[in-house]
Amino acid sequence: MKKEYLRIDKVVGPLIHISDVDDVFYGEVVDIMEIGTGKIKKGKVIKIDEKNVIIQVFQNTAGLAAGNSIIKFTGESFNLPMSLDLQGRIFNGVGEPIDNGSDIFSLVEANINGRPINPMSREYPRNFIQTGISSIDTLATLIRGQKLPIFSGNGLPHNELAAQIVKQARLGDNVHEDFAIVFAAIGVKHDDEKFFRKSFDDANVMDRVVMFVNYADDPIAERITTPRCALTAAEYLAFEKHMHILVVMTDITSYCEALREISSAREEVPSRKGYPGYMYSDLASLYERAGMLRDQLGSITFLPILTMPNDDITHPIPDLTGYITEGQVVLGRDLFQRSIYPPVAILPSLSRLMKDGIGEGFTREDHAEVANQLFASYSKVQEVRDLSQIIGEEDLSPTDKKYMAFGRAFEAKFLNQGFDESRNIIQSLNLGWKLLALLPLTELDRLSPENIEKYFHKEL
Amino acid sequence: MALIEAKKISGIISAINGPVIKGKNMTTFKMREMVTVGDKQLIGEVIILEGDIGTIQVYEETEGLKIGEPINPTGKPLSLNLGPGMLKNMFDGIQRPLEKIQQLSPIFIPEGIGLLSIDDQKLWPAVLSVKAGDILLAGSIFGTVAETEVIQNRLLVPPNVSGTVIEVVPDGSYTIDDVLVKISDGKNQVHELKMAHEWPVRTPRPNAYRKETLVPLITGQRVIDIFFPIAKGGTAAIPGGFGTGKTMTQHQLAKWSDADIIVYIGCGERGNEMTEVIEDFPKLIDPRSGKSIMERTVLIANTSNMPVAAREASIYTGITIAEYYRDMGYAVAMMADSTSRWAEALREISGRLEEMSAEEGYPAYLPSRIAEFYERAGSVETLGGEEGSITIIGAVSPAGGDFSEPVTENTKRFVNVFLALDKSLAYARHYPAINWLESYSGYIKILSDWYEDNVAADCIPLRNKILELMYEENKLQEMVMLVGEDVLPDDQRWVLEIAKLVKVGYLQQNAYNKDDTYVPLEKQYAMLKAIEYLYDRGREGLKLGIPTSQLKDLDIFGQFIKMKYTIPNDDLSGIERLKDEIDQYFEVLFKKYEN
Repeated sequence: MKKEYLRIDKVVGPLIHISDVDDVFYGEVVDIMEIGTGKIKKGKVIKIDEKNVIIQVFQNTAGLAAGNSIIKFTGESFNLPMSLDLQGRIFNGVGEPIDNGSDIFSLVEANINGRPINPMSREYPRNFIQTGISSIDTLATLIRGQKLPIFSGNGLPHNELAAQIVKQARLGDNVHEDFAIVFAAIGVKHDDEKFFRKSFDDANVMDRVVMFVNYADDPIAERITTPRCALTAAEYLAFEKHMHILVVMTDITSYCEALREISSAREEVPSRKGYPGYMYSDLASLYERAGMLRDQLGSITFLPILTMPNDDITHPIPDLTGYITEGQVVLGRDLFQRSIYPPVAILPSLSRLMKDGIGEGFTREDHAEVANQLFASYSKVQEVRDLSQIIGEEDLSPTDKKYMAFGRAFEAKFLNQGFDESRNIIQSLNLGWKLLALLPLTELDRLSPENIEKYFHKEL
Repeated sequence: MALIEAKKISGIISAINGPVIKGKNMTTFKMREMVTVGDKQLIGEVIILEGDIGTIQVYEETEGLKIGEPINPTGKPLSLNLGPGMLKNMFDGIQRPLEKIQQLSPIFIPEGIGLLSIDDQKLWPAVLSVKAGDILLAGSIFGTVAETEVIQNRLLVPPNVSGTVIEVVPDGSYTIDDVLVKISDGKNQVHELKMAHEWPVRTPRPNAYRKETLVPLITGQRVIDIFFPIAKGGTAAIPGGFGTGKTMTQHQLAKWSDADIIVYIGCGERGNEMTEVIEDFPKLIDPRSGKSIMERTVLIANTSNMPVAAREASIYTGITIAEYYRDMGYAVAMMADSTSRWAEALREISGRLEEMSAEEGYPAYLPSRIAEFYERAGSVETLGGEEGSITIIGAVSPAGGDFSEPVTENTKRFVNVFLALDKSLAYARHYPAINWLESYSGYIKILSDWYEDNVAADCIPLRNKILELMYEENKLQEMVMLVGEDVLPDDQRWVLEIAKLVKVGYLQQNAYNKDDTYVPLEKQYAMLKAIEYLYDRGREGLKLGIPTSQLKDLDIFGQFIKMKYTIPNDDLSGIERLKDEIDQYFEVLFKKYEN
């Protein structure tokens, strides 16, 4: 029988300090019961010094007082029961059902912190996922088992884009392979959560979605566990049940802010912008849980969404994320303001895994060259636009004028597409060739003679 | 377990804070001693001793540890077992083979698996080269083992042992733990020599003396070999924001460098990148040996989600392995991707120790640690009289892509080659995105003799001339941005045209093209020489008053841009033909204007 403790020494934000504690372990889960209401809050031991223990409480610490609580050490790590019945259910950030359904009962339990995947056990992801969105499929191709974040800004249509991907993406090689979606909402507005729920309904996948929701007005500390619960469910379904899992997570920025808040309550030495020095490792412990395993079916494709504070890509949150994830899809405010949907800013967008997942046998043999040429030409468009701002479009050289026309057409026809419009990769590539035809052949230095022969100025 | 046999008094855990724990009753422990922590026997290292309280950084996940569990000493500092079996293998940050871990736990890496190291069961065919009565100096070679198809492991006398051979086993198959040679030192003490010996990671292995670095590390990458060469035994840093291609460049160097041994450290980077190496490298053929490049490669992986303290150690593990092969007389190249993650691990541990921080939370000893690390590079005469070298190429991941942050700044102070990766080049898919204006190599001068003797007398002057052209182009571009290209005089427009050719046709190199991924030095030189030829002939034309638009023959320019693909690496006659075409075209053109 474990001891119960009645005295709290100190409450700081989401942390409580207690003393004179014996026989606890690092990471142990505690139940904190408010006398009177009988409400139980969960917490976790995050520091032990002799007999003094600091506990991070996952729910709101308001109402806790030195004398009104019973603290019980459970003798367990933070484990969640795992079962196929998770699908179609909605949980809060600590894995408790909030959809009025029953608790999940299972003999299989998993520690939400997970363990690092041995690089020897991984399989390098190579399978192209068609999202039906030209800019992503052609230029920042999503690969099954990839972690590809959407870098967005406040007010930009990142939720729509994620919903469209959920709706259109084909995860498995064929329809017979099992797939599911794990959705984690971290500190999101109720509206946003509703939007996603509706879009899952529209896509007719609700019974395949596992949702973990922490609303913007929910406790901060729960934001730390929300993504971990979600990824633990994803790992179970992917690596134990061999399903193809798409994890959609929003908003990583709320997560990082919670991390900072707790770090500051712990009086830790901050690094950039007050975020803790271990934020890189901490984010990695989430992102790196995506992937595939050698000789096994099942995969975790991870699509986190983060809103860049002040649209600044050098802010620590997008910055550290970009160093861990396998590329990024960046949304641009200027495109959005010109009503281009999805407003994917292609130049800073990148998919690190696309090189091995496109081309002959995956998409089409000209894919890499078309992508490279579109990048190079659109990057030149930016230079020409800068110049035209100064000397006026009229005075541009004939070639530069063609670049201006190419730039406009590229944005209006290639980037721009409907929320309900799905283009397959062949359509997208053909569209790319059609747009490149607006430029003189001498400017197209990334295309090989064979592909020019086959596709340039051809009726496709 | 063998580790606890030292029969020393155990400590007791008294505090736990992430990877940092404190113990009581630790007066008999030594600073930097390796310990096992708790009932699960996690591996740790003593980093502070104060009275009977010791502070330990733990290389494994500490969840589940309890106050009161034991801390056991091992009696030795964090050490590696250096012997055959490291090549073609991948280890974690403290030299535990990931393949063996996988056998114990198929998917995830658990904690408490104990101290594994290189395979001690495997039989290696040893050939002994000494006989009784021979005198063996510290660090000398007493035999060989074919470690892989390409690399002979030269069996080394440990650097701290020497004496007269009294017993030698016959040639044959032995494990790394078998005694092969017994030697007696001056005090009549007998030492047993085995294939493997232990060495503490934080102590540089000694050498006879340092030598000058006079030979370049040939990488097959044009922008490096011709413009910013790295010397064998030198140091280089590759800084760049995310998405600029640091890892890609490091992979290219690991694949194609003409070093004998490659030590590749994935330090706090992506798991999939290490998987990619494991899947790709065995398929790639080394142009020199004709065998897979994996045969000469050691991989160290501490991915970003593996424990942070082991990340701090992984750099030292890598460099110690590099020194071991250097001491056999090999040219070793070590890639560390990324040193920033190592610096961040230092910062994290420092933060948990509540040390006073200097810039951006980094500890004040960051510069000295970076210096110590890069100073372990160099060309040396080994203790055994061989010639060996270690080249260190460290990737740096500056926060926000800003090169003025502490890790980049301090790295810049201690390396000689700086290959700055540029976001705007990467955005335009110009790879490798090495910015030719910001990068530099401090080895140009000492390597110029080598280039003169081995490539061409005018190789370095040619490089300087083209680089100057690129500087000029950069200045002209500023003007173009204000007034447009059309109003520039013809000679300046010609500079722009040639500079564009250099960028697209020369500096850009396609890692996915079978010919372009590795280009021999002769072709690198010939290509640049051809561009120079075009530039010079064009300038003759400018003197005759021929406008740039006439000089720029689209067909010739097109051929120049494609020459990296169309001209085979082993047959450069195409470049001569290209020059002939230039001559023919210009002759006709010049005649027209002369009249």
